[in-house]
Amino acid sequence: MPDQPRFPYGEKDLAKFREAQQLAYHCAEQVAAWIEPGVTERQATAELRRCLVRAGVRDFFHVPFAWFGDRTAFRHFHTPLQFFAGSRVLAEGMPYVLDCAPVVDGYTADIGYGGKVGENPVWDLLAKDLRTYRELILREVRARRTLAEVYAAVDAQLAAHGYDNRHQVYPGRVIGHQVTRSTARGPAGVSLFGFGVRTLQTLGRELVKERLEGRSPLWAGGRASRHAPTPGLWAVEPHIGFRDVGIKFEELLVVTDEDAYWLDDDLPHVRRWALQEDAA
Amino acid sequence: MTGRSNGTRRRTVDSGGLALAVYEQGDPADPTVILVHGYPDDHSVWDDVAADLAADHHVVRYDTRGSGASGVPAAREDYRLELLGQDLYAVADAVSPDRPVHVVAHDWGSVQSWEAVTTPGAYRRIASYTTMSGPCLDHMGYWIRHRLRRPTPRHLAQLLRQGAHSWYIALFQLPVLAPAAWRLGLARLWPRVLRDLEAVRTRPGHPQATLAQDAVHGIELYRANMSPRVRAPRERYTEVPVQLVTLQRDRYVCDFLSEGLERWVPRLTRRTLNATHWSALLEQGPTVAAMVREFTARDHGALRQEPSATGELVVVTGGGSGIGRATALAFADRGARVVVCDRDLPAAQRTAELCELSGAKAAAYLVDVGDGAAVDAFAERVAAEHGVPDVVVNNAGIGHSGTFLETTEEEWRRVLDVNLWGVIHGCRAFGRLMVERGTGGHLVNLASAAAYLPAKRLAAYATSKSAVFMLSDCLRAELAPHRIGVSTICPGIVNTNITRTSTFSGLDDEALAAKQAKVSKLYARRGFPPEKVAAEIVRAVRTRKPVVPVTVEAKAARLLGRLSPALLRRAARIDAG
Ligand SMILES: NC(=O)c1ccc[n+]([C@@H]2O[C@H](COP(=O)([O-])OP(=O)(O)OC[C@H]3O[C@@H](n4cnc5c(N)ncnc54)[C@H](O)[C@@H]3O)[C@@H](O)[C@H]2O)c1
Repeated sequence: MPDQPRFPYGEKDLAKFREAQQLAYHCAEQVAAWIEPGVTERQATAELRRCLVRAGVRDFFHVPFAWFGDRTAFRHFHTPLQFFAGSRVLAEGMPYVLDCAPVVDGYTADIGYGGKVGENPVWDLLAKDLRTYRELILREVRARRTLAEVYAAVDAQLAAHGYDNRHQVYPGRVIGHQVTRSTARGPAGVSLFGFGVRTLQTLGRELVKERLEGRSPLWAGGRASRHAPTPGLWAVEPHIGFRDVGIKFEELLVVTDEDAYWLDDDLPHVRRWALQEDAA
Repeated sequence: MTGRSNGTRRRTVDSGGLALAVYEQGDPADPTVILVHGYPDDHSVWDDVAADLAADHHVVRYDTRGSGASGVPAAREDYRLELLGQDLYAVADAVSPDRPVHVVAHDWGSVQSWEAVTTPGAYRRIASYTTMSGPCLDHMGYWIRHRLRRPTPRHLAQLLRQGAHSWYIALFQLPVLAPAAWRLGLARLWPRVLRDLEAVRTRPGHPQATLAQDAVHGIELYRANMSPRVRAPRERYTEVPVQLVTLQRDRYVCDFLSEGLERWVPRLTRRTLNATHWSALLEQGPTVAAMVREFTARDHGALRQEPSATGELVVVTGGGSGIGRATALAFADRGARVVVCDRDLPAAQRTAELCELSGAKAAAYLVDVGDGAAVDAFAERVAAEHGVPDVVVNNAGIGHSGTFLETTEEEWRRVLDVNLWGVIHGCRAFGRLMVERGTGGHLVNLASAAAYLPAKRLAAYATSKSAVFMLSDCLRAELAPHRIGVSTICPGIVNTNITRTSTFSGLDDEALAAKQAKVSKLYARRGFPPEKVAAEIVRAVRTRKPVVPVTVEAKAARLLGRLSPALLRRAARIDAG
């Protein structure tokens, strides 16, 4: 077995990653405040992009996504093209998910934000239960379980909740992927198949390198994930669904040589859980 | 008899210029029930039912237009369903202006009440509807159309049978003859017709004195409505909770006429009564009253936002996971009230929570189905807290793999306790309650394709399941006269938790975990979701299907077992499972 690579980031780097993630969530919250019935997915992603660019973002790890209604649960998705924002119009009572990945000075954020307009009791329950997954994943990673084992633990929790695993619809069925500082020199802000050109360069290089080492920068349930998470940063995105409603968060998990922790706890969903706890 | 003299208050209600004779009993502060009679009766056909209900209901009856003491319209078109439906609203507005009413109807009364109940917005004025022996003519139009478009042997047989039962409708289209028959003697013969064909004892005051003229006027009901509605049916839905009481020995309306009624009536409860078309009202009035009472009580004050207060009651054992949970959810979606039990209480509670997301009422209980006393106590508790269930799904089960000689006595006992005794206890406790109630019901037992597919590694499991299969066959025969259906479900390979909890003879903990993981992966790859099994279970209850192999492998095995049992015997040697 080749040596585990050491944790590659210092405090300064982490602060930069944290800033990028804050910026991304901040934009998502702004769009969430702006969004209302009648808006289409395309309008929402355009607004999200505008917001990010206004904040100084020049490059994207991937283009912004928005899913409305049953598309939050990826129902009836058959081709990857269906991930792209479409003409679905937001209506009262619908859930929605925003997903964006700005790159700031080479520091990548990749976030997911779930919301609803009006009343939706299914969404409320899912949103409350999402917390279980954040805690479960951290616990399992800290115990140095393999990525495949964590994936299976998430699946078992989903079964107990009576939900289903929607991240399995993502290409490669991934629940997460590694995030690195991008040092590629391709054109910034240009994207191919929804991914920034620089992303593809970096990702391609990582895929080849990690493959050679018997590790995968992609986190799924299969053979390639039968190793503990490589020290570094992982964007983790449990996406859970019940019938026509889906919700996710996506944020960076820091895996150091001995430990693991979520990069930042000051995020919309974590604040919402704290509020609910206080209210209860 | 009783009703007429005992505090019956008479009044007249105007409906579009026609005077309707209305009869009231009971305390107007109690929930109002309007009883609508059929052809060729008048309000007095309800005497027994009304007398019983008056104890705790404000009971209202009226003579429908053209009968009894009500006005007789001049023209045929004045017998149109629209007007008949308006009559019901006129009476409801007069006797209960502020609160919605419960409607109970029989025969033509039921046909015309359907018109009122399927009028958009009906739920604002009608709290519940109990219907006997009278379909919605529009639904019937669609029913016929559907069968003509898909003329399978079964559909054709149904058309022919219902056609044969409707001979009098054709006769009623004859101009002079039909009225003449009533005038010239049929009216006088009617008590004998009721006695000989309908098992109704003759008694003073019945039938009404106005029978001959009522019968003649009423012929217009058929002439004005049958063919337009059946030929050009309208799409008629209703949100009103409906209780359909099928009379088992009805000579005029076949039970299969209500097949697929859920399409129009999402909040439907089905009941059966062992009675003829008229003996239901004239001989079993108190039983009918009890059914009405139970239904109106369920609904009491229920708002539209709480759809499940009147839905049928469904019990699912082992409802905390997999097929059981999916089945509970599927019934909840259809407006049922759901009770789940499991030996894992938090899991059952979770299922109840998910059911409530569909707006259903749900409850969870801790029960080990292998414990007979516990199941008896559970059944008693369900009956006391929720009522006698309409559907019971005996689903709790465990997986076990091991050859005959490998399997220890303890393992045998555990598998048989849950998989076989669990079903025995469930059928016994709930079957008895259903028989006592006397209005039918349905038991669903989860067997398996292993019930008919021998495999050397599934000795105990397959034995338990094949016992469930046979038990269900015997029980079905026994309960048929009580109108309690029994369905055996044989799922096949379904992606649930069962593989993660299955035990294997002769393996240590580590090997067991590995084996469980391996089998789980296999089942996951097959990818057949428990929701599809649940949909089949719901369908089996609706159509009273006796045996349901669900997946292709379950169907193929059943077929193969019939074509070549020897082949299956040989395949049983394969080291699988
Ligand atoms: N999954 C399949 O492929 C399959 C195939 C054929 C038949 N079946 C049958 O379907 C039924 C449901 O199985 P499933 O796949 O949903 O399994 P599952 O393990 O997902 O669910 C079974 C549930 O029953 C409960 N249970 C077990 N023993 C109990 C007991 N003694 N008392 C009360 N509750 C108990 C469990 O706690 C669990 O919640 C079983 O009878 C099983 O044999 C399943």
